[in-house]
Amino acid sequence: MGAERHRRLMRFWDAVATVVLWLSALVLLFILAWFITSVLRQGLPGLSWQFITGKPHPVSAGGGIGPPLFNTFYVTLLSLILALPFGMGAGIYLALYARPGRRVDALRLGVQALASVPSIVLGLFGMVVFSQAMGFGFSILSGSLALAILNLPLIVNVTEQSLRDLPATYRDASLALGATPHQTLVRVLLPAALPALVNGLTLAAGRAAGETAVLVYTAGVSTSGHLFDLNPFAPGGTLAVYLWGIKANPIVPDWQQIANRSAAVLLLVVLAINGLLLGPVRLWYRRFSGRGPH
Amino acid sequence: MPETRTSDKTNDKISVTDLNAYYGNAHVLKNITVSFPGNAVSAVIGPSGCGKSTFIRTLNRMNDTIPGFRVSGQVTIDGEDIYAPGTDVVSLRKRVGMVFQRPNPFPMSIFDNVAYGPRLHGIRKRRELADIVEKSLQAAGLWDEVKDRLSYSALGLSGGQQQRLCIARCLAVEPEIILMDEPASALDPSATARLEDLIDSLKSWYTIIIVTHNMQQAARVSDLTAFFLNGELVEFGPTQRIFTRPSDRRTEDYITGRFG
Ligand SMILES: Nc1ncnc2c1ncn2[C@@H]1O[C@H](COP(=O)(O)OP(=O)(O)OP(=O)(O)O)[C@@H](O)[C@H]1O
Ligand SMILES: [Mg+2]
Repeated sequence: MGAERHRRLMRFWDAVATVVLWLSALVLLFILAWFITSVLRQGLPGLSWQFITGKPHPVSAGGGIGPPLFNTFYVTLLSLILALPFGMGAGIYLALYARPGRRVDALRLGVQALASVPSIVLGLFGMVVFSQAMGFGFSILSGSLALAILNLPLIVNVTEQSLRDLPATYRDASLALGATPHQTLVRVLLPAALPALVNGLTLAAGRAAGETAVLVYTAGVSTSGHLFDLNPFAPGGTLAVYLWGIKANPIVPDWQQIANRSAAVLLLVVLAINGLLLGPVRLWYRRFSGRGPH
Repeated sequence: MPETRTSDKTNDKISVTDLNAYYGNAHVLKNITVSFPGNAVSAVIGPSGCGKSTFIRTLNRMNDTIPGFRVSGQVTIDGEDIYAPGTDVVSLRKRVGMVFQRPNPFPMSIFDNVAYGPRLHGIRKRRELADIVEKSLQAAGLWDEVKDRLSYSALGLSGGQQQRLCIARCLAVEPEIILMDEPASALDPSATARLEDLIDSLKSWYTIIIVTHNMQQAARVSDLTAFFLNGELVEFGPTQRIFTRPSDRRTEDYITGRFG
């Protein structure tokens, strides 16, 4: 009789928990939808090709966002290229090769400490080191380097975790077939971990695209003014920084429209980066993992 | 005497002499000396934790990856000491394949699972790979069930099929020895029966060492049986004799179910 009551109680709490979890998921989705529609509703009308590719006007109305938008892609990509080798290398090392010991503890501590540094501090550090001491100025390169440092811990953690989440049996099976640890990594572990890895990397990319605090003092707030300026030493003002700038310092009369449209574009850029990264990876992974149910 | 078969040096595929193994300070294999003949099935039995897995994993050096693991003594395969300095572990594991307790296919297609080993060892031509894949799946008794779905994920197969796939994957690198660590423990009775038939059909070409918890299984599939207890080899001999006239009291107690 006690057991029966206990079971009924358990079932009750089970139902409660299910409802609560459903509700929180629903609330989350609602907030997300609300956020996206409100940003797009304010920004999409009046969004024109001319606005997207045009140059910003310093004082008059009717300016575009071409160069800062281009810089957003450029800085994001460059920072990932700079951070990925080190971040993934450290993550792979921590997940697969490191024997527990002082060296690993130090590495882990360093990564976690770096992860907790406020981005404005990293921005000031970047200014002192990259812009001033190394002489890169307020440039795409300085900004990318600072962003790379910001994203490094995230990339290390994502890489390590995605490898740790794989069944240990993959590694044993591969080694037992005469694979070297390196072959095992390249042929089984990294491919199997890739979806999780790329999911995490889109976070890093999204953060890079939307970051301001790190970039204001490293990439700067201005651009060279002409489109497709590939020079890494050109001023590196990105769209997020530009958006922050015209809001903080509203000189142009149509700053409110520009801000709204920029926000919409920024959102679309982040979604596009996600799509561009995830789409091909999904396709590739389906080929790797074979057809049918998994 | 059937006993002579095991001490016939010319037919010994694997010889183990004074083998000791440690995980850190834990001494888990104690002075093991035993020889396994080629082209036969040898069973390793004993209660949980007695060192069966550790023992067969010393035969392809799979324990090497475990931090703190050490061995002393000698293990020779065809007269070569596999722990000698400079031994190529990769080619050792090519010769000594392993099938694990739980089926562990890679999250790839059936074809790619079987072709994994050959590709590792340098075979690139699609035709040649297809040939090896077919032969290996045939030998593992899985070909007819999967020949129309080679490009499908191996994870969609049943447990028994997955385990036979793992055997096919192992056969594809043409090992001489196959180690099996409780290969049927995650399978249902009919899948187990198929696996036992398969093991029987493989023994003319391979030297097989199988760890099992199941006395009936040891009796059914093996020619020789080794009984381990607390890290020691208590008794080794023809399965028939071990199960009918064990010479050690502890073996008798174990196989009659008095402990373990
Ligand atoms: N990685 C490890 N680190 C430390 N000790 C271990 C490790 N693996 C096994 N052991 C210990 O070594 C002893 C032998 O273990 P082993 O797995 O070889 O036994 P087993 O006979 O295969 O057992 P089972 O029948 O349960 O599989 C056990 O006491 C076990 O706790
Ligand atoms: Mg075991």
